Amino acid sequence: MDTNGATTSSAAGGGSTSKSSSKKHSRKPVYSRFTQQELPACKPILTPGLVIATFTIIGIIFIPLGLVSLSASEKVVEIVDRYDESCVPSDYSNDKLKFIQNPSINKSCVRTLTVPKLMKSPVFIYYQLDNYYQNHRRYVKSRSDKQLRSVSDEKSTKDCSPEDKTVDGPIVPCGLVAWSLFNDTYGFSVNSKTIEVNKHDIAWKSDKEHKFGSNVYPKNFQSGGLIGGAKLNSSVPLSKQEDLMVWMRTAALPTFRKLYGKIEQDLQANEKIQVVIQNNYNTYSFSGKKKLVLSTTSWIGGKNDFLGIAYIIVGGLCLFLAVCFILLYVIKPRPLGDPSYLSWNRSPAGHPN
Amino acid sequence: MIPISIKVSLDLVKSLYAKFIDWDAEMIDYETGIPSHATNTAISEDLGQVEYIMTDKTGTLTENRMIFRRCCISGVFYGNESGDALKDMKLLNAVAGGSPDVVQFLTVMAICNTVVPIKSKTGAISYKAQSQDEDALVNAAAQLHMVYANKNANILEIRFNGSVIKYEVLEILEFTSDRKRMSVVVKDCQTGKIVLLSKGADEAILPYAFVGQQTRTFIEAVEQYAQLGLRTLCLACRELREDEYQEWSLMFKEASSTLVDREWRIAEACQRLEHDFEVLGVTAIEDRLQDGVPETIETLRKAGINFWMLTGDKQNTAIQIALSCNFISPEPKGQLLLIDGKTEDEVCRSLERVLLTMRITSSEPKDVAFVVDGWALEIALKHYRKAFTELAILSRTAICCRVTPSQKAQLVELLKSCDYRTLAIGDGGNDVRMIQQADIGVGISGREGLQAARAADYSIGKFRFLKRLILVHGRYSYNRTAFLSQYSFYKSLVICFIQIFFSFISGVSGTSLFNSVSLMAYNVFYTSVPVLVSVLDKDLSEGTIMQHPQILFYCQAGRLLNPSTFAGWFGRSLFHAIVVFVISIHAYAYEKSEMEELSMVALSGCIWLQAFVVALETNSFTILQHLAIWGNLVAFYVINWIFSAIPASGMYTIMFRLCRQPSYWITMSLIVAAGMGPVLALKYFRYTYRPSKINTLQQAERMGGPILTLGNIEPHPRPMEKEVVSPLQISQPKNRNPVYEPLLSDSPNSSRRSLGSGAPFDFFQSQSRLSSSYSRNCKDN
Repeated sequence: MDTNGATTSSAAGGGSTSKSSSKKHSRKPVYSRFTQQELPACKPILTPGLVIATFTIIGIIFIPLGLVSLSASEKVVEIVDRYDESCVPSDYSNDKLKFIQNPSINKSCVRTLTVPKLMKSPVFIYYQLDNYYQNHRRYVKSRSDKQLRSVSDEKSTKDCSPEDKTVDGPIVPCGLVAWSLFNDTYGFSVNSKTIEVNKHDIAWKSDKEHKFGSNVYPKNFQSGGLIGGAKLNSSVPLSKQEDLMVWMRTAALPTFRKLYGKIEQDLQANEKIQVVIQNNYNTYSFSGKKKLVLSTTSWIGGKNDFLGIAYIIVGGLCLFLAVCFILLYVIKPRPLGDPSYLSWNRSPAGHPN
Repeated sequence: MIPISIKVSLDLVKSLYAKFIDWDAEMIDYETGIPSHATNTAISEDLGQVEYIMTDKTGTLTENRMIFRRCCISGVFYGNESGDALKDMKLLNAVAGGSPDVVQFLTVMAICNTVVPIKSKTGAISYKAQSQDEDALVNAAAQLHMVYANKNANILEIRFNGSVIKYEVLEILEFTSDRKRMSVVVKDCQTGKIVLLSKGADEAILPYAFVGQQTRTFIEAVEQYAQLGLRTLCLACRELREDEYQEWSLMFKEASSTLVDREWRIAEACQRLEHDFEVLGVTAIEDRLQDGVPETIETLRKAGINFWMLTGDKQNTAIQIALSCNFISPEPKGQLLLIDGKTEDEVCRSLERVLLTMRITSSEPKDVAFVVDGWALEIALKHYRKAFTELAILSRTAICCRVTPSQKAQLVELLKSCDYRTLAIGDGGNDVRMIQQADIGVGISGREGLQAARAADYSIGKFRFLKRLILVHGRYSYNRTAFLSQYSFYKSLVICFIQIFFSFISGVSGTSLFNSVSLMAYNVFYTSVPVLVSVLDKDLSEGTIMQHPQILFYCQAGRLLNPSTFAGWFGRSLFHAIVVFVISIHAYAYEKSEMEELSMVALSGCIWLQAFVVALETNSFTILQHLAIWGNLVAFYVINWIFSAIPASGMYTIMFRLCRQPSYWITMSLIVAAGMGPVLALKYFRYTYRPSKINTLQQAERMGGPILTLGNIEPHPRPMEKEVVSPLQISQPKNRNPVYEPLLSDSPNSSRRSLGSGAPFDFFQSQSRLSSSYSRNCKDN
């Protein structure tokens, strides 16, 4: 090997191309730290200090955060009242389906709720449905967002079957989701004084402005033989039908709450609230439950202890792990990179670490 | 949902592995300026799993740059003292004095070839030769004042000591690997004498010496040169009578023009002429070992790779080269077992004997190698394939000499059939079959043209680059592919598991939690980039790997990609899916359980976990990795904000809404902590308390200190070797006692001593074997 060649080449390795041997260099790849896989790299390893510090810090941050979340959730006042069972007259209690499906029976039902603590305005009114699979594939797909958005797409109802069209033309809004619109209504009063329920702005602003057209009016809705739920006022455009918008935001879980309205006044502790419920919606055929929920809100949302508790548990476990690792480190110190673990002489197959 | 992404990412990454090989500045042959090249981009990680390397000798281990070193003319040894015959005053004087033997010898050196002299304008003569040996001989002759000056049609012109001698070439009997010699028939233009000049392997020349010639000194010369690892050629000549030549010429012409069995007929015709030689002498040509060959072989052997040398060369030359390049260890550590025999029975017995020795010694840490020649190999492969296979498995080293290209390929096939990953490396056309047969073919783009390099998966300029090719490129590629493929499964499985869990709360109706855009983008945009930059990941630095080549064992044994590691990743994906799913459905319950929102919460949970999983599994962070991992996380939000800004999309405004909610961010950090905490804890525990060798080396490397002491501890890979192993005596059935069995050879000289007494025996044996092999070859043709 000629040393001359070696020196020119090492010069080329440094990045400078010597012209003397241009033929040689023509096939040579361009040198860069990337091509040589020599980019400067940071190579962290899991030292005990690093790992223990990580777990400790997570624990220290998570436990207070969990406590804060939990207390936020605790501050939320919530009244939940299940009414589907008790709003069925006792003579129909064996055949609730017959009760709910008979239009001639008065479905009114009065419930009394006691406010446990001061509920600051706004108090949100939700209806909660249990065992209601709004996330079922056939159900979720049975809608036409195009049709809801603009009147020109009125006829695009291909996913909506069987609630796609009647003899008079396409159903607007079509599909099972709209068809099954929730139609229980609630009237609230305290000491025979009616409480105003604000049903405006319960739907998302984006839905009102972009998803539901202001020139789309309900057509042929609930005109078939089988009535699924609420009827819609065909003189009001969809962009004003906020109950529909709320309902059409399908829930991902079989238990869900949907906003019914807002009470924009404080409810005092121990006040008795009279609720007149029009119990129209049929959940009896699939043993679903209906609940009325009055709830205040906090920065974390409604009443939900999960996050707080999970935070405390995870934080606690992290601290526990940190302590364990510290103990292990103290009791059984193990030098990192100890060459005595590099026992090549042991039979390779017998040492599977 | 078999992840299509795995295929795409793997292909991308593999082409990058190949590019890294092409780009590697440390694998450029600076003599020729040729960089290494990966022709096959698909098998880089197989390089890291090589278990057997089959190597050619000439041009692969050696430089294939032939230099004339010694010669023996009429019983006089030249060049023994100085090591260079061209500088030996004895020879120079003999040349000057015009000693007829020497002149005749030089004449054969100069004209018994197919070299073409080319005269440049300045008058200097350069030679164009097909074979490096001929080139060396012609050049050496020229330096000894026998200048092959010109070739004009059939007239050769030779200048010797100022006088010009002209020869007319009548016939050229070309070299074939079966005959192992080549001859020319020339007519001296001055005297009109017709002479046959031959050169060839000793066993192709010496047995055909005329009756009465003492070939003893030549045999000794051949032996001696072979012990030194030199390539020997015997030169001979014979004066032909005019009528004898004419008669033969007719026969030869007829043979050359036959259509059936021409090669055989020509060989037969040649045989008619090539006998009763007057042996002139022996030349010894040195073919130096390439730089770094012993180190490379030692390192790779330490890495647990078994080496087989398959060569067409003589046994002794092969053994010497093997010794000088650490292929086999000298006596106290190593032991050479010979398989030979001319008949089935002999081969069988010798095979069984070797096998028995192998079985006994396999428990002892001793370098046992077997040597087999082409003829015995042929019999062994044909009749005792099973025994030979067992031997092949037991033996870490083997030397197969005098093997044909097809036998090379057969041996590769044999090892492949035992489920070993084989790598064949060679440089010449005769290695092409072996290279193509092996799992990985490596060609040396050397002096014998590019045939091998073209046929191979990888072409490198020098043998020593093999170390880097396997240990660095092969190992990194394997590690990266192992991570990448398992990670690709992991990330796809996370999504799948979440979908499955979701189906249980959606009435098992098959609703997709994620919208179609997210599902599409998940593999393409959200998770592909971080894993692709894992091509830059290096678990250990190159220096550490070179220092501890044993670490390659993890690749060979498939420690990083096997059912149990796969199960680990499977479990991790299941765990992460549970974490993401449970946390998102509980944090986003009741009034928040809106489909699109929940779907984005779960999806972003997955993406966050991906980022941290990649970060945790990355060993070395370059700026690109940071960019890819954290940039990808940012890109996820950017992409989703863009989608959220399109009114027509299903997730219109969703991402903006989520990002404004504190509970969203709280949920994300909960998912990350709950998902990564146990993974980190487990990894830390194994890393510290059950470290793999890779981990230990990583720690050693990065803590800085102990790495130096590591180097001191490590050079005794097998401490047991120090113990004295009683030399095994194999009882040979023949009464003539065994020269070979324990080949005592610390140095070429000592081995010569041990071989000395056996030489004649060997010779007679080889003589008879040769003739039989010759006739066999003829029949084969």
